[in-house]
Amino acid sequence: MKFLNDPKKKKIAYLVLLVLLAVFPFVITNSYYLHVCISIGVYILLATSLNLVTGFAGQLSLGHAAFYGIGAYVGALLMLNFDVNFFLAMIASAVVSGLFGLLLGLPTLRLRGDYLAIVTLGFGEIVRLVFVNWAEVTRGPLGLPGIPSPSIFGFEISGRTAFYYLVIVLVLITLFVMSRIVNSGVGMAMQTVKIDEIAAESIGIYPIKYKLIAFVVAAAFAGIAGCYYASYIAYISPTTFVYNTSVTILAMVVLGGLGSIPGSIIGACILTLVPELLRFMSDYRMLIFGALMVFMMIFRPEGFWGASKRVKNIYKIKAGGAKNGSDSGDNQRHD
Amino acid sequence: MALLEIKDLQVKYGVIPALKGVSFSVEEGEAVALIGANGAGKTTTLHAISGIVKKAGGTITFGGQDITNKPAHEIVGLGISQVQEGRGIFSNLTVLENIRMGAYLRKDAKGIEEDMGRVYRMFPRLEERKSQVAGTLSGGEQQMLAIGRALMARPKVLLLDEPSMGLSPLIVETIFRTIKRLNKEEGMTILLVEQNAQMALYAARRTYIMETGEIVRSGLSKELKNDDAIRKSYLGL
Repeated sequence: MKFLNDPKKKKIAYLVLLVLLAVFPFVITNSYYLHVCISIGVYILLATSLNLVTGFAGQLSLGHAAFYGIGAYVGALLMLNFDVNFFLAMIASAVVSGLFGLLLGLPTLRLRGDYLAIVTLGFGEIVRLVFVNWAEVTRGPLGLPGIPSPSIFGFEISGRTAFYYLVIVLVLITLFVMSRIVNSGVGMAMQTVKIDEIAAESIGIYPIKYKLIAFVVAAAFAGIAGCYYASYIAYISPTTFVYNTSVTILAMVVLGGLGSIPGSIIGACILTLVPELLRFMSDYRMLIFGALMVFMMIFRPEGFWGASKRVKNIYKIKAGGAKNGSDSGDNQRHD
Repeated sequence: MALLEIKDLQVKYGVIPALKGVSFSVEEGEAVALIGANGAGKTTTLHAISGIVKKAGGTITFGGQDITNKPAHEIVGLGISQVQEGRGIFSNLTVLENIRMGAYLRKDAKGIEEDMGRVYRMFPRLEERKSQVAGTLSGGEQQMLAIGRALMARPKVLLLDEPSMGLSPLIVETIFRTIKRLNKEEGMTILLVEQNAQMALYAARRTYIMETGEIVRSGLSKELKNDDAIRKSYLGL
């Protein structure tokens, strides 16, 4: 990937990738493949947002599916009961999920590590149980069917191709926002909080503020993913937003590489694709999949694309690898 | 009035008292050392000043302002920077990023640029390694980085917690020479906590000796250096 260090070539590579993504539905017309691509897109939204919390701010969260679920239910209920336009519903999903992120964050972010994980786990369970038991609103385990498709200026987005383009737009927006955040001073402050909270305080950073920013932004983007998913599948039920989903998202983040946006993208791709590719093994596929993950963590504990590959930062210098710090690359730029 | 005034400071870890009423002061432009054995309460004293631990009693005044119960991140803003024991550098970030993050609370881009130059002049090694990940530096370089980062906040007082920890004698000397120079030439007020009594007495004008949560002696460093009891128990001479 050395050519990616040249900004000009990098731009060309991005452009080529974008064109490939744009023409993909014309080349591959099989709707199953499109469905897999859309799933990958949704998981990229979820993984990159969780990465902000876990990878950058260093807070282990096991309840990301709850925000995904809140977004889905808020979006679906607004569209079903009040005929709200999809895009407005999506904004509402983001706001409500973000608020829940704040609500969960305020009392719990004084906790560290394992304790925070337990609380977020509990939060995920509570949210799921609310979906199941608040039957008057959510119809409980029956779920909400018939969620409408988005429409824009009277033109309805329906069919897999349209949803495919919509998710690509959402992914691009998310990646843009996330990379702006992590490459800014806010992102740097988040990383200092992750590495050493006391040291962060000793240079004047208020750790809780940055943890909260991470939590709220991540929850809002998970809410957007939820609203999109609800409209795409047209049916939601509590079974989608379970603990398992939270763990899958977390696995994507860790496997791809904590604290790395490309890592989360790769993680989302692999953890969506591999179970699909292993379908021919039917019952054994999860077994093989689990073994693969164990091997992966043994041989590449940093993930596929760990933070050590980070080359860009706000001070525009090459960060170098974790092992070979004095990475004297010839394209090193100082300012 | 002293720049930093600590009166009857008490800290408890659970029910166990760590500081049983410590009082001392640091004048502006002065270098003061706290020395003592493990568990004497030296680090706790520093943590209490910088707001990392809760106080059970007593007051801390800084420049006439009561800062006893201020949170840590606000105390930095007032002008007290601490270099932690074990250095507390951000190991995943580059040297340059670490130094820049030291100026987190400042907005004056030009002043920050100037101070970076000052830190690099003080520790040329850091400039050579500015694009290196901080975790890959040697212990001595990490200590330099920690001091440099603390200076980037333009503190009025620099708190140093065991700068000699885990370093070879030669590096310890370099670090202490720098600390002394910082105090003498730039007039930086320094409060130093050290187990290495010899080095502390060398760098500080006045020294307080702590034992089990209390200050047991104090005086000018050059006098303490020649005191028989102190030579015996702290300098091993």
